[in-house]
Amino acid sequence: MRPELELISDWIRPGTRVLDLGCGDGALLAYLGQHRQVSGYGLEIDTANIVRCIAAGVNVIHADLEAGLADFGDSSFDYVIMTQTLQAVRHTETLLDEMLRVGRQGIVTFPNFGFWRCRVQVALQGLMPVAKTLPYQWYDTPNIHLFTIRDFEELCRRKRIDILQRAVLDHAHRPRLGPRLWPNLLGEIALYRLGRA
Amino acid sequence: MAAQFPPDSVGLVIPQTQHFDLPLALDCGRSLTNYDIVYETYGALNPERSNAVLICHALSGDHHVAGYHDEDDPSKPGWWDNCIGPGKPIDTREFFVVCCNNLGGCKGSTGPTSINPETCKPYGPDFPIVTVKDWVRSQARLADQLGIRQWAAVIGGSLGGMQAMQWTITFPERVRHALVIAAAPRLSAQNIAFNEVARQAILSDPDFHHGRYYEFGVLPRRGLMIARMLGHITYLSDEGMRAKFGRELREGTPNFNFNFDTEFQVESYLRHQGKAFVDRFDANTYLLMTKTLDYFDPAASFDHDLSVAFHRSQAHFLVISFTSDWRFSPARSREIVQALVRAGREASYVEIPSEYGHDAFLMPIPLYHDTLRSYLTRIAREVNVHAA
Repeated sequence: MRPELELISDWIRPGTRVLDLGCGDGALLAYLGQHRQVSGYGLEIDTANIVRCIAAGVNVIHADLEAGLADFGDSSFDYVIMTQTLQAVRHTETLLDEMLRVGRQGIVTFPNFGFWRCRVQVALQGLMPVAKTLPYQWYDTPNIHLFTIRDFEELCRRKRIDILQRAVLDHAHRPRLGPRLWPNLLGEIALYRLGRA
Repeated sequence: MAAQFPPDSVGLVIPQTQHFDLPLALDCGRSLTNYDIVYETYGALNPERSNAVLICHALSGDHHVAGYHDEDDPSKPGWWDNCIGPGKPIDTREFFVVCCNNLGGCKGSTGPTSINPETCKPYGPDFPIVTVKDWVRSQARLADQLGIRQWAAVIGGSLGGMQAMQWTITFPERVRHALVIAAAPRLSAQNIAFNEVARQAILSDPDFHHGRYYEFGVLPRRGLMIARMLGHITYLSDEGMRAKFGRELREGTPNFNFNFDTEFQVESYLRHQGKAFVDRFDANTYLLMTKTLDYFDPAASFDHDLSVAFHRSQAHFLVISFTSDWRFSPARSREIVQALVRAGREASYVEIPSEYGHDAFLMPIPLYHDTLRSYLTRIAREVNVHAA
């Protein structure tokens, strides 16, 4: 299992209700079901992924995140999770609000655009960065909102979102010392647990 | 010389009849003192009796869901033959598949065309209007007879999907999985309106004779035909009709005739569908089935909150809708999913892109069948059919 999923799993209280936005093939939900006895649903737009979820016995609901979470009631989940999806949606801010409306807490992960290699590519080579965590060219990337750890924390501050927990990982999803000391420079993937008072 | 059936077909099938002498109390307050249920089965029940799947039919369907009735005619398989058989999404090597003609039907189960023991004449309009809940109770009695305590799955499209939902509410412990396809939690005013026009077409046919047309040796052909034509329009989508017929004139009609003959292809198609239907379906049954649809509203007994109705369900749900279905649109299926999520039920939902309209639930659309196959493979694993 990817260390990122293990980390998320550590953050989740057993037996809770979880909504996974952009759940892909359902790996996280299957993992959480097994190790944390959570119940929940994944939202997914890609039909091939939906069929994979169904084959794996993961609850999946065909939905377009861009349409919001209107079908879900306030605080109807303990956690709303969004792994590697926030940078690929159009209405980033709305979706963050929706996450923290539907979930008592939110968990997000995203690739850090402030990673030093990205900075070098832009500053010295004059090219849009391509990295292990950002493996696309500028013209075919699904990532339409690229942002850094500092950007994200600034947004949270402005929106009065509480950062309850943070982890910064390298490209292999390992929590190394470097990323911990200089997250925005050496971290490639950021994980946050969020809440709103 | 018998015809060859395709290798992935269940082959030649023979309907069976189960007679019930125990009176069945109906929602309308009346009861049926005795009745028959005609059904078909395919595949084998495993020793644990855990691999039985119930298929529920829709408005004009019947018990003949797969395989063939006529050894010499491989052109007329059951109505969902593309989905049921060895190696098909509902794999008869894994499951014991059961489908019955519902009460009030006209294909062998007791209904308006059956003889009323009190009058020794056909019931006709005296046959009680049955509800989805009545059907589910009658199907449960059939399950008892077959020794099936719990269905591995109850599966249905349209009105059949409504039965699958009702099963999980009326007999929560008897359904492991419910597959609710192209259904709705209840009919909208527009749905009821279409049904009412269909009924009026039949009721106003001079040959209807207040439903006692059997005694006059006639059939309300025109009324039933119009009802079916109207129904057909609601089963197709605008884009599907455009693609299939466009504004094409039928063969032999090079120009407009400036009269009311059949000129457009779509007119010819609808008339054909209507006429063919009259020969295989009973008008009283059609009236009854549309009422059954109109009355369906499982939330009504639960403070009009569908999620409360689902609180008691124990089944896992798969809800499927089709993009171009406007009779029971994806939005209606999402209402079901929303209620299931609020009730905390295990549920998945897929919206299949299709231009076939409501009819899509009968079509072998690859993504649709992949979805069913994946889900049923998982059920097969659970009910452990390979243990033996």
